[in-house]
Amino acid sequence: MTQTHAQASSAPVSASVPMLQLKVKVLRFDPEKDKKAYWTTYDVEAQAGDRVLDVINHIKWYLEPSLTFRRSCMHGICGSDAMLINGRNRLACKTLVRDVAKSGGTITVEPIRGLKVEKDLLVDMEPFFDSYKAIMPYFINESPAPAAERIQSEEEAERMAHSSNCILCACCTTSCPIFWVNGSYLGPAAIVQAHRFIFDTRDEATQQRLGIMNQNTGVWRCRTAYNCTEACPRDIPITQLIEEVKRAVMYGQA
Amino acid sequence: MHHRYDVLVVGAGGAGLMAALYAAKGDVSVACISKLYPTRSHTGAAQGGIGAALGNVQEDHWEWHMFDTVKGGDYLTDQDAAEVFAKDIIDAVYELEHMGLPFSRTPEGKIAQRKFGGHTRDFGKAAVERSCYAKDRTGHMILQTLYQQNVKAGTTFFNEFHVTDLLIEDGRCQGLVAYELSTGELHTFHAKAVILAAGGYGRVFKITSNALTLTGDLMSIYYRKGLPLEDMEFYQFHPTGLAKLGILVTEGIRGEGGILRNDSGERFMERYAPTIKDLAPRDIVSRSIITEIREGRGVGRDKDAVNIDLTHLPREVIEGKLAEITDLARTYLGMDPVKDLVPIQPTAHYAMGGIPTNLDGLCLSDGSGGTVEGLYAAGEQACVSLHGANRLGTNSLGDLVVFGRRAGIAAAKYARQVEYPDMPETGDAQRESVDLFERLRNGSGKENAAAIRKELQESMMNNVGIFRNGKDMAAQVDIIKELKARYQGVTVSDPSRRYNSELIEAMELGFMLDCAEAMTASALNRTESRGAHDREDFTERNDAEWLKHTMAYKNLNKADDVIIGYKPVALKGFTRAFEPKPRVY
Repeated sequence: MTQTHAQASSAPVSASVPMLQLKVKVLRFDPEKDKKAYWTTYDVEAQAGDRVLDVINHIKWYLEPSLTFRRSCMHGICGSDAMLINGRNRLACKTLVRDVAKSGGTITVEPIRGLKVEKDLLVDMEPFFDSYKAIMPYFINESPAPAAERIQSEEEAERMAHSSNCILCACCTTSCPIFWVNGSYLGPAAIVQAHRFIFDTRDEATQQRLGIMNQNTGVWRCRTAYNCTEACPRDIPITQLIEEVKRAVMYGQA
Repeated sequence: MHHRYDVLVVGAGGAGLMAALYAAKGDVSVACISKLYPTRSHTGAAQGGIGAALGNVQEDHWEWHMFDTVKGGDYLTDQDAAEVFAKDIIDAVYELEHMGLPFSRTPEGKIAQRKFGGHTRDFGKAAVERSCYAKDRTGHMILQTLYQQNVKAGTTFFNEFHVTDLLIEDGRCQGLVAYELSTGELHTFHAKAVILAAGGYGRVFKITSNALTLTGDLMSIYYRKGLPLEDMEFYQFHPTGLAKLGILVTEGIRGEGGILRNDSGERFMERYAPTIKDLAPRDIVSRSIITEIREGRGVGRDKDAVNIDLTHLPREVIEGKLAEITDLARTYLGMDPVKDLVPIQPTAHYAMGGIPTNLDGLCLSDGSGGTVEGLYAAGEQACVSLHGANRLGTNSLGDLVVFGRRAGIAAAKYARQVEYPDMPETGDAQRESVDLFERLRNGSGKENAAAIRKELQESMMNNVGIFRNGKDMAAQVDIIKELKARYQGVTVSDPSRRYNSELIEAMELGFMLDCAEAMTASALNRTESRGAHDREDFTERNDAEWLKHTMAYKNLNKADDVIIGYKPVALKGFTRAFEPKPRVY
């Protein structure tokens, strides 16, 4: 099925900016009426600098109102719109048309893998957040707090710079081949969250955290496929962080 | 379904999460309802920092912070709120650190602080390092940390539930009705106290830093009850949004030494704010940028932007302390702030106005002390009024934690003291929500919600933007009337019950139209220039007539009519007071 032409650009139309002709192929599925997923292709016009989310929004607003997906911030900080775009996990709002298609080309959009599809591009995030909650994702220090801040050096703070940058979008976990075949694996996102607390010099629960990571759902499932690192829209070196957690588990300390 | 909690919190951004934590500490049952997963909330988009007079870098005092907040608000700030805030925020920041928030650090290992617009030492003498930051991801860290603490506390969350109605009878809030996105089911929540903390409504403008979900839902629902919205004419345009996109570029870039330049490379802020230059408050910088553009000194294809220059800063500062905006400029504009000038333009950012409250977050029903029993509000949704006519950078994050906490404490205290209010039968409670959906699903009109929304956003940008005048705003009143009439012809084509996001977007458009209506009427009514409200036909601040808050009420007896009332400004704090003076920097 092909829908008619329309213009997706969020930017003002200007004669000097060429419009690209695109086909956007979306994998659709509504369990209320469909037995299985099917592809629908939409013809749209867009500017090279438009976000893929601009294009998908345009399809929803003017061509196919029932198209369903999550989105909010539009600039890669809320983590709502992880999708498989041209076969790779990305945030639709942080992927520009020019990065994935030339004029006359096709952009394919599918739901992220390994989580149940609820409708079109929207998946059940509960198992993902269950894994998050399983790693005690909160700071623990029961010693009486000082009147002012706890002291931490710049270098110590920098150890959390990558892991605390995670937005829980699930791009990493749903690109992991181990997670696809074994949903009980906590997955890279949960391990990144664990890293954030294990390597926080102020946190007092390191041993408990390392114990969780040492369980058979923890770090040892990782086979260093690097899919997670490649998928991360925040450029977090996830595989490296997982390796750091593995070492900490092995030596029993951060 | 029917639920019952002592305290219900609506919204899971900074204010809602703080309120939920503190309500739970008050030994009452608490649930938090959010239309998103909590970590998707737009608090996470805040970048530059949270201001508190810790004095970690340079001498600082809460009195200086209070003064800056009052002056920044062009003296419309309620000074009792500013005093409570400037004192409380110091402990609140330490509390965030004790919750594990990964702040950037000084060489001594203390919380790092940097300069920010309008924050000064010694009552305006020079810029001071007051903004406590975690690189340029401070909002992200606050959101994550507060969510983590709620996971630890075992807070009950209802994620992806959209509030459709508040239940208020005889001046007492009884609970609310919400729509569960995953099933299409309406739920009734019975509560002793409800805290509204669902954020702003920046999506009424075309160029905005706000998320698609910031559509003013709860402000509109409050307004539909005939209850007032305060100071809706005061809407902040952040000076630096990425050109064309409106994506926020933190004021922290100027705090770290970034310089605004026009087409000839001139540091034009020297002409507009000779003392603090690029670190003037946001309303002044936004107007200065637009003036440069109007006078032909803009940059870019359409000459509708100016440049921010970071190229003189060390690479480590740009890629370290400003990592987020460096990534944004590279991703969306293909430009590298280390060596390129980055084009920016003002972007609709923050509502100073909202649901009026007292210092404990209790909602006000008029301008003379009336309240809605059991109903609280905090954060951008609320107007306490800390920010007056213009909010200073970093004071939004401070507002969330200070007044979110106060609302949580007050709501729990109230809930401990009272019985559950009477609750209408489910059919009666849900009637308005059912009617709303019935009309959107079963209408015969052929109007497209997206097209109406686009016209609203473009016309608001043109007619109620940074520079305003009576003629354009009067035209906008008519445009909104017409768009509201057309909205009645919107019909949702997707019949599905589960995950019907078309239905939600159509409902949200109705909320946005209400917010735009209250905002335009309030702005047209105020015939002076103050803070972010700048009129070309009334260019001066007029304290004799206008040193008062606007209270905008929907006229429930006459369609499209807004009744304007007023509320006095608290011109004194508890121990300090700052007399209104001309606002120069």
